[in-house]
Amino acid sequence: MERQIRYVEALREAQAQILRSDPDTYVMGLGVPGPTGIFGTTKGLQEEFGSDRVLDMPSSENAMTGIAMGTALMGKRPIFVHMRVDFALLSIEPLVNQAAKWHYMYGGKLRAPLTIRMIIGRGWGQGPQHSQSLQAWFAHVPGLKVVMPTTPHDAKGMLIAAVEDDAPVIVFEHRWLYNIKGPVPEDMYRVPLDKAAVMRAGKDITLAATSYMTLESMKAAEMLADLDIDAEVLDLRSLSPLDTDTLLDSVGRTRHLLVSDTGQEEYGVTAEVMAVVAERAFNALAAPPRRIAMPHVPTPTTPALADLYYPRARQIAQAALEALGSSRTLPPEDSADTAWKDAPDPSFTGPY
Amino acid sequence: MGGSSVAQPDVRLRMYRQMLRIRLVEEAIARRYPEQEMRCPTHLCIGQEAPPAGVSAHLEADDLVFTGHRSHGHYLAKGGDLAAMLAELYGRETGCAHGKGGSQHLIDLDCGFMGSAPILASTISVGVGAAWGAQMNGENRVVVIYFGDGATEQGVFHEAMNFAGTRRLPVVFVCENNLYSVHSAMDVRQPAGRAIHELAPPHRVAGLSGDGNDADVVYDLAAGAVAGARGGEGPSLIELATYRWLEHCGPNDDTALNYRSAEEIAVWKARDPVARYRERLAEEGVLTDALDSRYAAEIADEIEGAFGFARQSPFPTPDALARHVFPG
Ligand SMILES: Cc1ncc(C[n+]2csc(CCOP(=O)(O)OP(=O)(O)O)c2C)c(N)n1
Ligand SMILES: [Mg+2]
Repeated sequence: MERQIRYVEALREAQAQILRSDPDTYVMGLGVPGPTGIFGTTKGLQEEFGSDRVLDMPSSENAMTGIAMGTALMGKRPIFVHMRVDFALLSIEPLVNQAAKWHYMYGGKLRAPLTIRMIIGRGWGQGPQHSQSLQAWFAHVPGLKVVMPTTPHDAKGMLIAAVEDDAPVIVFEHRWLYNIKGPVPEDMYRVPLDKAAVMRAGKDITLAATSYMTLESMKAAEMLADLDIDAEVLDLRSLSPLDTDTLLDSVGRTRHLLVSDTGQEEYGVTAEVMAVVAERAFNALAAPPRRIAMPHVPTPTTPALADLYYPRARQIAQAALEALGSSRTLPPEDSADTAWKDAPDPSFTGPY
Repeated sequence: MGGSSVAQPDVRLRMYRQMLRIRLVEEAIARRYPEQEMRCPTHLCIGQEAPPAGVSAHLEADDLVFTGHRSHGHYLAKGGDLAAMLAELYGRETGCAHGKGGSQHLIDLDCGFMGSAPILASTISVGVGAAWGAQMNGENRVVVIYFGDGATEQGVFHEAMNFAGTRRLPVVFVCENNLYSVHSAMDVRQPAGRAIHELAPPHRVAGLSGDGNDADVVYDLAAGAVAGARGGEGPSLIELATYRWLEHCGPNDDTALNYRSAEEIAVWKARDPVARYRERLAEEGVLTDALDSRYAAEIADEIEGAFGFARQSPFPTPDALARHVFPG
């Protein structure tokens, strides 16, 4: 059997292999060499590769992004890490105005091979400024590649591919995936930055999803299977460029679409996916497409509201039944389960 | 500015009582946090009680305070409602932000505590804007903005100081330098041999510094800064040397992480701002054992009542989720 490791270990291994294979690479971010090492993903790397290649930095996300980009112009291949996407907002200017555009606006003469890891997440009262999921903002900007690996396999392969790519690539990692285990080859392999993955083949409805919502979609597919509905689960994996071929192929077969995303619904990833399908596969659709994402509300801190805020597998399965016009009903939710749903697994006891 | 303000005995007792109260509140939170009912990131300020006590001693109710993530002490010293703060940590409807903010987003407008937010340095510019607004309104308010050493690495800190200096705004910037930004020591973040308070004068902001574990020193430094701001002399920055005892976020000791030595932690704990002040006031005959015990008992009662209130309060109802997105 193939080796099974956790997502967090896959990320760490990817960075170790990148650092080992290319002396021009380095990893930088607040707390990167620290004792907890970005939730474990950079732990111990400084001991192996030294403080010139695995570095802490001042709390200066704005300037340090431009600085990292400057080194990239000079032949370096930085991996820049943000523990939360909310902190990366300070780096929007150098990313959006500069890094995204230098190749294009200088007629292809310069390239800035910058990889930026942005961590998203939810739960334990992360609240309005520590749990946003802003991938759509970045995917909106031409010149930035944006990927969201869901499995440990893809986390490693896409991070390696991102660093080897000459464009700026943003890798969104969801904290609730960090403890997920899966098969990960030991060699240094690449996963393409422009291909969706069929996680589960099915013929009745396409459940397209990003990141953690792919796992919820897989659970929803199980619930639907119990009702004899055969859902196909598509992990979009890359937002920019979006793999429209795989998407349209799937919808062409199932004739039904439900998209879910970890971000806000309005003007978000789900909107783009539905637009592509409506524009290019309208006649294939047997029913209006549906979407599940976060409501147009900032994240509330109290678990009493956060539990209502985040959609889960059950909502996906319910919406799928509606999209299919099915009269079947899901079994009632286990009402004995009164625990808050704000932790990724029971072993988690806070704080983040 | 500074150098000569000595607090009267009643003020010193109030500062002592405030520090003791902050300490006991934070300890109570740390004790109860593992019960997993306060489900939000919580940055305790044990060891850093003197700055808010010494600064707030000079503030009026309509002076304003802005701060960051480590804000419980700032909130309490400015007069923030303890029960509403704890209810906020417990995610209840009666919390100071109706449960929407948690520990990182405290607010109490009745006492001029304008808000805390954990994006580093982000409230610095907002506080400067509030001072400008007050100036536009012809109000004689002072705005105090608290932040840590790490926050001074953000561009917005420098930009906001530049503007405050340009407009001679009534701002007191208070930097609690506890030597660390999460687990990162100074050497990877700031140039050796350059103190944070030295960044102020080039922006025409007065730069002051002193022992942030000594309430009398803080009181003295803040006296000049607050009076200067109130008197139209413009902004000041006070850099206060202090130390966080517990982990960056959460209720535990973190010596085992080894990013700071056990010796260093011991040295700073020996400079306990509460215990040292207690001893000094006792020696000088300002504080008696009986009064000290009375304070401790009163505070313990207050804390118990506030926890009781918080834990008995209801959670927000589902209709609260979409409420407040836009002003109604
Ligand atoms: C823009 C931004 N970057 C990073 C963080 C993560 N972070 C939270 S607190 C902190 C350290 C802050 O250190 P300091 O300002 O010295 O305050 P202290 O925690 O020591 O009180 C960091 C880096 C953040 N909240 N905001
Ligand atoms: Mg600090």
